[in-house]
Amino acid sequence: MNVPAAPALFIDNVSLSYGEKLALNKVSFTVSRGECVILLGPNGAGKSSLFSLVTRLYDTREGAIEIAGFNLKRHSTKALGRLGVVFQQSTLDMDLSVERNLLYHADLHGLGRKLANTRIREELERQAMFERRHETVRHLNGGHRRRVEIARALLHKPDVLLLDEPTVGLDMPSRKAIVDYVHQLSTTHNIAVLWATHLVDEIFATDQLIILHKGIIRYQGSVPQLLETTAMPSVASAFQHLTKGEK
Amino acid sequence: MNPLHTLRALRGIVTRELLRFVHQRERFVSALVRPLVWLFIFAAGFRSTLGLSPTPPYETYILYEDYITPGLVGMIQLFNGMQSSLSMVYDREMGNMRTLLVSPLPRWFLLVAKLLAGTLVSVLQAYGFLLVAWFYDVRAPIEGYLTLLPALVLAGLMLGALGLLLSSFIEQLENFAGVMNFVIFPMFFLSTALYPLWKLQESSQLLPVLAQYNPFSQAVELIRFALYGQFNAYACAYTLAALALFLSAAVIGYNPSKGMMQKKGGKQ
Repeated sequence: MNVPAAPALFIDNVSLSYGEKLALNKVSFTVSRGECVILLGPNGAGKSSLFSLVTRLYDTREGAIEIAGFNLKRHSTKALGRLGVVFQQSTLDMDLSVERNLLYHADLHGLGRKLANTRIREELERQAMFERRHETVRHLNGGHRRRVEIARALLHKPDVLLLDEPTVGLDMPSRKAIVDYVHQLSTTHNIAVLWATHLVDEIFATDQLIILHKGIIRYQGSVPQLLETTAMPSVASAFQHLTKGEK
Repeated sequence: MNPLHTLRALRGIVTRELLRFVHQRERFVSALVRPLVWLFIFAAGFRSTLGLSPTPPYETYILYEDYITPGLVGMIQLFNGMQSSLSMVYDREMGNMRTLLVSPLPRWFLLVAKLLAGTLVSVLQAYGFLLVAWFYDVRAPIEGYLTLLPALVLAGLMLGALGLLLSSFIEQLENFAGVMNFVIFPMFFLSTALYPLWKLQESSQLLPVLAQYNPFSQAVELIRFALYGQFNAYACAYTLAALALFLSAAVIGYNPSKGMMQKKGGKQ
Protein backbone atom coordinates (compact mmCIF):
# COMPACT_ATOMS: atom_id res chain seq x y z
CA MET A 1 0.00 0.00 0.00
CA ASN A 2 2.83 2.39 0.85
CA VAL A 3 4.04 3.57 -2.52
CA PRO A 4 7.60 4.94 -2.21
CA ALA A 5 7.14 7.24 -5.21
CA ALA A 6 3.94 8.76 -3.79
CA PRO A 7 4.23 12.38 -2.67
CA ALA A 8 4.38 12.85 1.08
CA LEU A 9 1.19 14.91 0.96
CA PHE A 10 -1.31 14.76 -1.88
CA ILE A 11 -4.39 16.96 -1.82
CA ASP A 12 -6.79 16.41 -4.66
CA ASN A 13 -9.79 18.61 -5.43
CA VAL A 14 -10.71 19.16 -1.80
CA SER A 15 -13.72 21.32 -1.02
CA LEU A 16 -15.34 22.16 2.29
CA SER A 17 -18.32 24.25 3.23
CA TYR A 18 -19.80 25.33 6.55
CA GLY A 19 -23.46 25.37 5.73
CA GLU A 20 -23.83 27.82 2.86
CA LYS A 21 -20.34 29.24 3.25
CA LEU A 22 -17.69 27.71 1.00
CA ALA A 23 -14.41 27.55 2.95
CA LEU A 24 -12.34 25.58 0.42
CA ASN A 25 -13.03 25.27 -3.27
CA LYS A 26 -11.38 22.44 -5.23
CA VAL A 27 -7.98 22.80 -3.60
CA SER A 28 -5.25 20.58 -5.10
CA PHE A 29 -1.50 20.44 -4.49
CA THR A 30 1.29 18.09 -3.49
CA VAL A 31 4.23 18.37 -1.13
CA SER A 32 7.26 16.11 -1.61
CA ARG A 33 9.80 14.93 0.94
CA GLY A 34 12.59 17.45 1.43
CA GLU A 35 10.34 20.29 0.28
CA CYS A 36 9.15 23.26 2.32
CA VAL A 37 5.87 24.65 1.07
CA ILE A 38 4.44 27.86 2.46
CA LEU A 39 0.68 28.11 2.51
CA LEU A 40 0.17 31.85 2.48
CA GLY A 41 -3.20 33.43 2.96
CA PRO A 42 -4.91 36.24 4.83
CA ASN A 43 -6.98 35.44 7.91
CA GLY A 44 -10.06 33.49 6.90
CA ALA A 45 -8.48 32.24 3.67
CA GLY A 46 -9.18 28.63 4.60
CA LYS A 47 -5.75 27.60 5.93
CA SER A 48 -7.01 26.28 9.25
CA SER A 49 -9.94 24.56 7.53
CA LEU A 50 -7.50 22.79 5.26
CA PHE A 51 -5.42 21.76 8.28
CA SER A 52 -8.52 20.44 10.02
CA LEU A 53 -9.13 18.23 7.00
CA VAL A 54 -5.52 17.04 6.69
CA THR A 55 -5.42 16.16 10.41
CA ARG A 56 -8.85 14.48 10.07
CA LEU A 57 -10.33 16.55 12.83
CA TYR A 58 -12.88 17.00 10.12
CA ASP A 59 -13.83 14.45 7.50
CA THR A 60 -13.12 15.06 3.82
CA ARG A 61 -16.42 14.89 2.00
CA GLU A 62 -15.31 16.25 -1.35
CA GLY A 63 -11.96 15.35 -2.86
CA ALA A 64 -9.21 13.17 -1.41
CA ILE A 65 -6.18 13.54 0.83
CA GLU A 66 -3.27 11.09 0.89
CA ILE A 67 -0.39 11.09 3.33
CA ALA A 68 2.63 8.99 2.31
CA GLY A 69 0.37 7.16 -0.12
CA PHE A 70 -2.33 6.37 2.44
CA ASN A 71 -5.80 7.69 1.80
CA LEU A 72 -6.80 9.64 4.89
CA LYS A 73 -10.41 8.48 4.82
CA ARG A 74 -9.83 4.79 4.12
CA HIS A 75 -6.57 4.28 6.04
CA SER A 76 -6.82 7.07 8.58
CA THR A 77 -4.64 5.53 11.31
CA LYS A 78 -1.78 4.71 8.90
CA ALA A 79 -2.03 8.16 7.33
CA LEU A 80 -2.14 9.98 10.69
CA GLY A 81 0.85 7.95 11.91
CA ARG A 82 2.93 9.64 9.21
CA LEU A 83 1.87 13.12 10.14
CA GLY A 84 3.42 15.56 12.62
CA VAL A 85 1.37 18.62 13.55
CA VAL A 86 1.97 21.93 15.26
CA PHE A 87 -1.37 23.62 15.76
CA GLN A 88 -1.99 27.34 15.88
CA GLN A 89 -3.05 27.16 19.52
CA SER A 90 -0.70 25.49 21.97
CA THR A 91 -1.80 21.92 22.63
CA LEU A 92 0.66 21.13 25.40
CA ASP A 93 -0.56 20.18 28.85
CA MET A 94 0.46 23.17 30.95
CA ASP A 95 0.57 21.27 34.25
CA LEU A 96 2.90 18.55 33.01
CA SER A 97 6.63 18.70 32.40
CA VAL A 98 8.17 19.00 28.95
CA GLU A 99 9.33 15.39 29.14
CA ARG A 100 5.95 14.10 30.29
CA ASN A 101 4.21 15.89 27.42
CA LEU A 102 6.58 14.27 24.96
CA LEU A 103 6.21 10.84 26.56
CA TYR A 104 2.44 11.17 26.24
CA HIS A 105 2.81 11.82 22.52
CA ALA A 106 5.29 8.92 22.19
CA ASP A 107 2.78 6.60 23.88
CA LEU A 108 0.00 7.71 21.53
CA HIS A 109 2.26 6.84 18.60
CA GLY A 110 3.21 3.48 20.11
CA LEU A 111 6.90 4.22 20.70
CA GLY A 112 8.62 2.07 23.34
CA ARG A 113 10.01 3.90 26.35
CA LYS A 114 13.67 3.40 25.41
CA LEU A 115 13.19 4.64 21.85
CA ALA A 116 11.00 7.47 23.08
CA ASN A 117 13.68 8.64 25.53
CA THR A 118 16.34 8.56 22.79
CA ARG A 119 14.15 10.55 20.41
CA ILE A 120 13.15 13.04 23.10
CA ARG A 121 16.82 13.66 23.85
CA GLU A 122 17.66 14.07 20.13
CA GLU A 123 14.84 16.46 19.33
CA LEU A 124 15.17 18.56 22.48
CA GLU A 125 18.95 18.81 22.12
CA ARG A 126 18.52 20.08 18.55
CA GLN A 127 16.54 22.98 19.93
CA ALA A 128 18.62 23.50 23.09
CA MET A 129 15.71 22.44 25.29
CA PHE A 130 16.99 19.17 26.74
CA GLU A 131 18.20 20.76 29.97
CA ARG A 132 14.70 22.09 30.55
CA ARG A 133 12.92 18.78 30.07
CA HIS A 134 11.83 18.55 33.71
CA GLU A 135 10.28 22.02 33.78
CA THR A 136 6.53 22.42 33.79
CA VAL A 137 5.30 23.79 30.46
CA ARG A 138 3.44 26.56 32.26
CA HIS A 139 6.82 28.02 33.26
CA LEU A 140 8.18 28.22 29.69
CA ASN A 141 7.82 31.27 27.49
CA GLY A 142 5.85 31.15 24.23
CA GLY A 143 8.91 30.57 22.05
CA HIS A 144 10.12 27.64 24.15
CA ARG A 145 6.66 26.10 24.18
CA ARG A 146 6.68 26.23 20.39
CA ARG A 147 10.05 24.51 20.32
CA VAL A 148 8.66 21.74 22.51
CA GLU A 149 5.67 21.40 20.18
CA ILE A 150 7.95 21.10 17.16
CA ALA A 151 10.07 18.50 18.98
CA ARG A 152 6.89 16.63 19.83
CA ALA A 153 5.65 16.69 16.23
CA LEU A 154 8.94 15.13 15.09
CA LEU A 155 9.22 12.40 17.75
CA HIS A 156 7.63 9.67 15.64
CA LYS A 157 9.64 10.67 12.54
CA PRO A 158 6.73 11.73 10.35
CA ASP A 159 6.80 12.05 6.54
CA VAL A 160 4.86 15.30 6.70
CA LEU A 161 5.12 18.16 9.16
CA LEU A 162 2.21 20.59 9.28
CA LEU A 163 2.58 23.91 11.03
CA ASP A 164 -0.42 26.18 11.38
CA GLU A 165 0.83 29.73 11.99
CA PRO A 166 3.27 28.56 14.68
CA THR A 167 4.87 31.97 15.20
CA VAL A 168 1.69 33.87 16.07
CA GLY A 169 2.18 35.86 19.26
CA LEU A 170 5.96 35.33 19.45
CA ASP A 171 8.64 38.02 19.67
CA MET A 172 11.03 38.57 16.75
CA PRO A 173 14.01 36.49 18.00
CA SER A 174 11.73 33.53 18.79
CA ARG A 175 10.02 33.86 15.42
CA LYS A 176 13.32 33.95 13.56
CA ALA A 177 14.67 30.94 15.46
CA ILE A 178 11.58 28.90 14.62
CA VAL A 179 11.43 30.00 10.98
CA ASP A 180 15.11 29.12 10.48
CA TYR A 181 14.82 25.81 12.28
CA VAL A 182 11.73 24.64 10.39
CA HIS A 183 13.27 25.58 7.05
CA GLN A 184 16.25 23.36 7.88
CA LEU A 185 14.01 20.46 8.86
CA SER A 186 12.89 19.64 5.33
CA THR A 187 16.48 18.82 4.41
CA THR A 188 17.89 17.54 7.73
CA HIS A 189 14.90 15.24 8.37
CA ASN A 190 13.99 14.76 4.68
CA ILE A 191 10.37 15.48 5.42
CA ALA A 192 7.68 17.44 3.66
CA VAL A 193 6.92 20.68 5.47
CA LEU A 194 3.66 22.54 4.98
CA TRP A 195 3.74 25.85 6.81
CA ALA A 196 0.61 27.98 6.97
CA THR A 197 1.16 31.67 7.60
CA HIS A 198 -0.07 35.13 6.74
CA LEU A 199 3.35 36.70 7.32
CA VAL A 200 5.39 37.14 4.16
CA ASP A 201 8.66 37.68 6.02
CA GLU A 202 8.63 33.99 6.97
CA ILE A 203 9.14 32.97 3.34
CA PHE A 204 12.57 32.03 1.97
CA ALA A 205 13.46 32.52 -1.69
CA THR A 206 13.88 28.78 -2.09
CA ASP A 207 10.40 27.93 -0.77
CA GLN A 208 7.52 26.69 -2.81
CA LEU A 209 4.52 28.92 -2.36
CA ILE A 210 0.77 28.41 -2.36
CA ILE A 211 -1.38 31.50 -2.02
CA LEU A 212 -4.84 30.74 -0.76
CA HIS A 213 -7.57 33.35 -0.75
CA LYS A 214 -11.25 32.83 0.07
CA GLY A 215 -10.79 29.07 -0.22
CA ILE A 216 -9.29 29.20 -3.71
CA ILE A 217 -5.64 28.70 -4.69
CA ARG A 218 -4.56 31.93 -6.38
CA TYR A 219 -0.96 30.98 -6.98
CA GLN A 220 1.18 27.86 -6.83
CA GLY A 221 4.90 27.81 -7.62
CA SER A 222 8.29 29.19 -6.63
CA VAL A 223 9.00 32.65 -5.25
CA PRO A 224 10.90 33.90 -8.36
CA GLN A 225 8.04 32.67 -10.57
CA LEU A 226 5.55 34.60 -8.44
CA LEU A 227 7.47 37.83 -8.89
CA GLU A 228 7.76 37.21 -12.59
CA THR A 229 4.10 36.30 -13.10
CA THR A 230 2.73 39.21 -11.12
CA ALA A 231 5.44 41.69 -12.21
CA MET A 232 5.73 42.82 -8.60
CA PRO A 233 8.97 43.76 -6.82
CA SER A 234 8.39 41.72 -3.66
CA VAL A 235 6.44 38.77 -2.28
CA ALA A 236 4.51 41.19 -0.06
CA SER A 237 3.30 43.28 -2.99
CA ALA A 238 2.56 40.20 -5.10
CA PHE A 239 0.56 38.77 -2.19
CA GLN A 240 -1.34 42.03 -1.81
CA HIS A 241 -2.01 42.12 -5.52
CA LEU A 242 -3.40 38.56 -5.52
CA THR A 243 -5.49 39.01 -2.40
CA LYS A 244 -6.55 42.59 -3.14
CA GLY A 245 -4.81 43.91 -0.08
CA GLU A 246 -6.59 41.74 2.49
CA LYS A 247 -4.38 40.58 5.37
CA MET B 1 -4.54 -2.28 15.58
CA ASN B 2 -1.12 -3.27 16.89
CA PRO B 3 -1.69 -4.62 20.45
CA LEU B 4 1.57 -3.17 21.74
CA HIS B 5 0.74 0.24 20.29
CA THR B 6 -2.72 -0.01 21.85
CA LEU B 7 -1.30 -0.82 25.29
CA ARG B 8 1.23 1.99 25.10
CA ALA B 9 -1.44 4.47 24.08
CA LEU B 10 -3.67 3.28 26.91
CA ARG B 11 -0.76 3.69 29.33
CA GLY B 12 -0.17 7.21 28.04
CA ILE B 13 -3.79 8.29 28.39
CA VAL B 14 -4.25 6.73 31.84
CA THR B 15 -0.95 8.12 33.13
CA ARG B 16 -1.84 11.60 31.90
CA GLU B 17 -5.24 11.48 33.56
CA LEU B 18 -3.73 10.30 36.86
CA LEU B 19 -1.00 12.95 36.75
CA ARG B 20 -3.58 15.66 36.09
CA PHE B 21 -5.60 14.35 39.01
CA VAL B 22 -2.54 14.40 41.28
CA HIS B 23 -1.62 17.91 40.15
CA GLN B 24 -5.13 19.23 40.65
CA ARG B 25 -5.38 18.54 44.39
CA GLU B 26 -8.33 20.85 44.76
CA ARG B 27 -10.25 18.57 42.39
CA PHE B 28 -9.74 15.62 44.74
CA VAL B 29 -10.56 17.70 47.80
CA SER B 30 -13.76 19.06 46.29
CA ALA B 31 -14.75 15.59 45.06
CA LEU B 32 -14.35 14.40 48.64
CA VAL B 33 -15.86 17.38 50.44
CA ARG B 34 -19.13 17.34 48.47
CA PRO B 35 -20.32 13.88 49.60
CA LEU B 36 -18.89 14.40 53.07
CA VAL B 37 -21.05 17.50 53.54
CA TRP B 38 -24.05 15.39 52.61
CA LEU B 39 -22.97 12.65 54.98
CA PHE B 40 -22.00 14.79 57.96
CA ILE B 41 -24.69 17.47 57.72
CA PHE B 42 -27.59 16.44 55.51
CA ALA B 43 -27.74 12.84 56.73
CA ALA B 44 -27.35 13.90 60.37
CA GLY B 45 -30.28 16.27 59.98
CA PHE B 46 -32.52 13.71 58.32
CA ARG B 47 -31.60 10.78 60.54
CA SER B 48 -34.47 11.30 62.94
CA THR B 49 -37.13 12.24 60.38
CA LEU B 50 -36.53 9.52 57.79
CA GLY B 51 -37.36 6.05 59.13
CA LEU B 52 -36.09 3.24 56.95
CA SER B 53 -37.54 -0.26 57.15
CA PRO B 54 -35.27 -3.19 56.31
CA THR B 55 -35.21 -3.71 52.54
CA PRO B 56 -32.60 -5.65 50.54
CA PRO B 57 -29.66 -5.60 50.77
CA TYR B 58 -30.16 -4.49 54.39
CA GLU B 59 -31.26 -7.19 56.82
CA THR B 60 -31.96 -4.93 59.79
CA TYR B 61 -32.97 -1.37 60.45
CA ILE B 62 -30.17 0.95 59.42
CA LEU B 63 -29.19 4.53 60.05
CA TYR B 64 -29.84 7.05 57.30
CA GLU B 65 -26.06 7.58 56.97
CA ASP B 66 -25.71 3.92 56.03
CA TYR B 67 -28.48 4.26 53.47
CA ILE B 68 -27.13 7.30 51.64
CA THR B 69 -23.46 6.23 51.60
CA PRO B 70 -23.82 4.13 48.38
CA GLY B 71 -25.80 7.01 46.88
CA LEU B 72 -23.00 9.41 47.73
CA VAL B 73 -20.48 7.03 46.18
CA GLY B 74 -22.66 7.15 43.06
CA MET B 75 -22.72 10.93 43.36
CA ILE B 76 -18.91 11.02 43.32
CA GLN B 77 -18.92 9.00 40.12
CA LEU B 78 -21.69 11.08 38.56
CA PHE B 79 -19.82 14.32 39.26
CA ASN B 80 -16.55 12.78 38.08
CA GLY B 81 -18.20 11.76 34.81
CA MET B 82 -19.46 15.31 34.37
CA GLN B 83 -16.07 16.73 35.38
CA SER B 84 -14.47 14.60 32.63
CA SER B 85 -17.07 15.90 30.23
CA LEU B 86 -16.29 19.46 31.28
CA SER B 87 -12.57 18.89 30.83
CA MET B 88 -13.20 17.38 27.37
CA VAL B 89 -15.09 20.51 26.33
CA TYR B 90 -12.36 22.69 27.88
CA ASP B 91 -9.61 20.69 26.14
CA ARG B 92 -11.49 20.97 22.87
CA GLU B 93 -11.80 24.74 23.25
CA MET B 94 -8.19 25.16 24.37
CA GLY B 95 -6.84 22.79 21.72
CA ASN B 96 -5.33 20.02 23.92
CA MET B 97 -7.89 17.57 22.61
CA ARG B 98 -6.37 17.76 19.15
CA THR B 99 -3.23 15.94 20.28
CA LEU B 100 -5.41 12.99 21.14
CA LEU B 101 -7.68 13.14 18.11
CA VAL B 102 -4.87 13.29 15.53
CA SER B 103 -3.04 10.30 16.98
CA PRO B 104 -2.98 7.22 14.76
CA LEU B 105 -5.61 5.24 16.62
CA PRO B 106 -9.31 4.72 15.99
CA ARG B 107 -11.53 7.37 17.52
CA TRP B 108 -13.54 4.75 19.45
CA PHE B 109 -10.39 3.42 21.09
CA LEU B 110 -9.29 6.91 22.15
CA LEU B 111 -12.69 7.52 23.74
CA VAL B 112 -12.70 4.17 25.52
CA ALA B 113 -9.17 4.79 26.82
CA LYS B 114 -10.20 8.24 28.06
CA LEU B 115 -13.24 6.65 29.69
CA LEU B 116 -11.15 3.99 31.44
CA ALA B 117 -8.76 6.64 32.72
CA GLY B 118 -11.61 8.75 34.09
CA THR B 119 -13.20 5.71 35.71
CA LEU B 120 -9.97 4.84 37.46
CA VAL B 121 -9.89 8.33 38.96
CA SER B 122 -13.52 8.04 40.10
CA VAL B 123 -12.84 4.67 41.76
CA LEU B 124 -9.94 6.19 43.71
CA GLN B 125 -12.18 9.07 44.79
CA ALA B 126 -14.92 6.65 45.88
CA TYR B 127 -12.56 4.60 48.04
CA GLY B 128 -11.15 7.81 49.52
CA PHE B 129 -14.68 8.81 50.57
CA LEU B 130 -15.44 5.35 51.99
CA LEU B 131 -12.24 5.52 54.04
CA VAL B 132 -13.34 8.80 55.64
CA ALA B 133 -16.84 7.37 56.15
CA TRP B 134 -15.29 4.37 57.91
CA PHE B 135 -13.76 6.65 60.52
CA TYR B 136 -17.17 8.31 60.89
CA ASP B 137 -18.48 4.87 61.80
CA VAL B 138 -20.34 4.30 58.56
CA ARG B 139 -19.09 0.82 57.80
CA ALA B 140 -19.99 -2.02 55.46
CA PRO B 141 -18.82 -5.62 55.82
CA ILE B 142 -15.09 -5.85 55.05
CA GLU B 143 -15.61 -8.15 52.04
CA GLY B 144 -18.07 -5.57 50.68
CA TYR B 145 -15.21 -3.19 49.94
CA LEU B 146 -13.78 -5.83 47.62
CA THR B 147 -17.04 -6.85 45.94
CA LEU B 148 -17.69 -3.16 45.43
CA LEU B 149 -14.79 -2.75 43.00
CA PRO B 150 -16.40 -4.25 39.85
CA ALA B 151 -19.61 -2.34 40.61
CA LEU B 152 -17.66 0.91 40.87
CA VAL B 153 -15.89 0.19 37.60
CA LEU B 154 -19.15 -0.52 35.77
CA ALA B 155 -21.00 2.45 37.30
CA GLY B 156 -18.00 4.71 36.63
CA LEU B 157 -17.84 3.60 33.00
CA MET B 158 -21.55 4.18 32.49
CA LEU B 159 -21.55 7.65 34.06
CA GLY B 160 -18.29 8.53 32.29
CA ALA B 161 -19.82 7.45 28.96
CA LEU B 162 -22.75 9.73 29.66
CA GLY B 163 -20.26 12.56 30.25
CA LEU B 164 -18.51 11.76 26.95
CA LEU B 165 -21.82 11.80 25.14
CA LEU B 166 -22.75 15.16 26.63
CA SER B 167 -19.35 16.61 25.76
CA SER B 168 -19.90 15.70 22.10
CA PHE B 169 -23.03 17.87 22.10
CA ILE B 170 -21.76 20.84 24.10
CA GLU B 171 -20.10 23.34 21.81
CA GLN B 172 -18.98 25.90 24.37
CA LEU B 173 -17.90 25.82 27.97
CA GLU B 174 -20.58 28.38 28.85
CA ASN B 175 -23.28 25.87 27.92
CA PHE B 176 -22.11 23.58 30.68
CA ALA B 177 -24.31 25.22 33.31
CA GLY B 178 -27.25 23.69 31.46
CA VAL B 179 -25.80 20.25 32.08
CA MET B 180 -25.86 20.93 35.81
CA ASN B 181 -29.48 22.01 35.72
CA PHE B 182 -30.87 19.55 33.23
CA VAL B 183 -28.74 16.44 33.76
CA ILE B 184 -26.89 16.23 37.06
CA PHE B 185 -29.51 17.57 39.46
CA PRO B 186 -32.50 15.69 37.99
CA MET B 187 -30.46 12.49 37.76
CA PHE B 188 -29.29 12.78 41.35
CA PHE B 189 -32.51 13.85 43.02
CA LEU B 190 -34.71 11.60 40.92
CA SER B 191 -32.90 8.48 42.02
CA THR B 192 -32.60 6.09 44.93
CA ALA B 193 -29.42 7.80 46.14
CA LEU B 194 -31.13 9.78 48.91
CA TYR B 195 -34.39 7.88 49.51
CA PRO B 196 -35.69 4.42 48.63
CA LEU B 197 -38.31 3.99 45.92
CA TRP B 198 -41.07 3.15 48.41
CA LYS B 199 -40.57 6.52 50.07
CA LEU B 200 -41.14 8.25 46.74
CA GLN B 201 -44.28 6.15 46.20
CA GLU B 202 -45.80 7.69 49.30
CA SER B 203 -45.89 11.11 47.66
CA SER B 204 -46.20 10.54 43.92
CA GLN B 205 -47.05 7.91 41.36
CA LEU B 206 -44.90 9.30 38.57
CA LEU B 207 -41.67 10.03 40.45
CA PRO B 208 -40.89 6.43 41.48
CA VAL B 209 -41.42 5.27 37.89
CA LEU B 210 -39.01 7.92 36.61
CA ALA B 211 -36.55 7.10 39.38
CA GLN B 212 -36.69 3.42 38.52
CA TYR B 213 -35.81 4.06 34.87
CA ASN B 214 -33.08 6.53 35.77
CA PRO B 215 -29.76 4.79 34.95
CA PHE B 216 -28.18 6.55 37.91
CA SER B 217 -30.64 4.79 40.27
CA GLN B 218 -29.59 1.43 38.89
CA ALA B 219 -25.91 2.34 39.23
CA VAL B 220 -26.55 3.30 42.87
CA GLU B 221 -28.42 0.04 43.53
CA LEU B 222 -25.59 -1.92 41.93
CA ILE B 223 -23.16 -0.17 44.28
CA ARG B 224 -25.46 -0.58 47.30
CA PHE B 225 -25.81 -4.33 46.85
CA ALA B 226 -22.12 -4.82 46.02
CA LEU B 227 -21.10 -2.93 49.16
CA TYR B 228 -22.99 -5.53 51.17
CA GLY B 229 -21.49 -8.44 49.22
CA GLN B 230 -24.60 -9.02 47.12
CA PHE B 231 -25.23 -8.96 43.40
CA ASN B 232 -28.15 -7.08 41.90
CA ALA B 233 -28.52 -8.69 38.46
CA TYR B 234 -31.22 -6.30 37.21
CA ALA B 235 -29.21 -3.20 38.18
CA CYS B 236 -26.10 -4.70 36.60
CA ALA B 237 -27.87 -5.50 33.31
CA TYR B 238 -29.51 -2.06 33.23
CA THR B 239 -26.20 -0.29 33.90
CA LEU B 240 -24.47 -2.36 31.21
CA ALA B 241 -27.19 -1.52 28.70
CA ALA B 242 -26.97 2.18 29.56
CA LEU B 243 -23.17 2.00 29.16
CA ALA B 244 -23.51 0.41 25.71
CA LEU B 245 -26.06 3.02 24.65
CA PHE B 246 -24.17 6.08 25.93
CA LEU B 247 -20.80 4.88 24.64
CA SER B 248 -22.13 4.04 21.16
CA ALA B 249 -23.80 7.43 20.93
CA ALA B 250 -20.58 9.17 22.13
CA VAL B 251 -18.50 7.33 19.51
CA ILE B 252 -20.94 8.46 16.82
CA GLY B 253 -20.86 11.98 18.28
CA TYR B 254 -17.06 12.10 17.98
CA ASN B 255 -16.90 10.44 14.56
CA PRO B 256 -15.55 13.09 12.15
CA SER B 257 -17.90 11.98 9.37
CA LYS B 258 -21.11 11.24 11.27
CA GLY B 259 -21.52 13.05 14.52
CA MET B 260 -21.60 16.51 15.98
CA MET B 261 -17.99 17.16 14.89
CA GLN B 262 -19.22 17.51 11.32
CA LYS B 263 -21.71 20.16 12.36
CA LYS B 264 -19.28 22.30 14.30
CA GLY B 265 -17.52 23.86 11.36
CA GLY B 266 -14.21 22.23 12.09
CA LYS B 267 -14.10 23.53 15.60
CA GLN B 268 -12.59 20.87 17.86
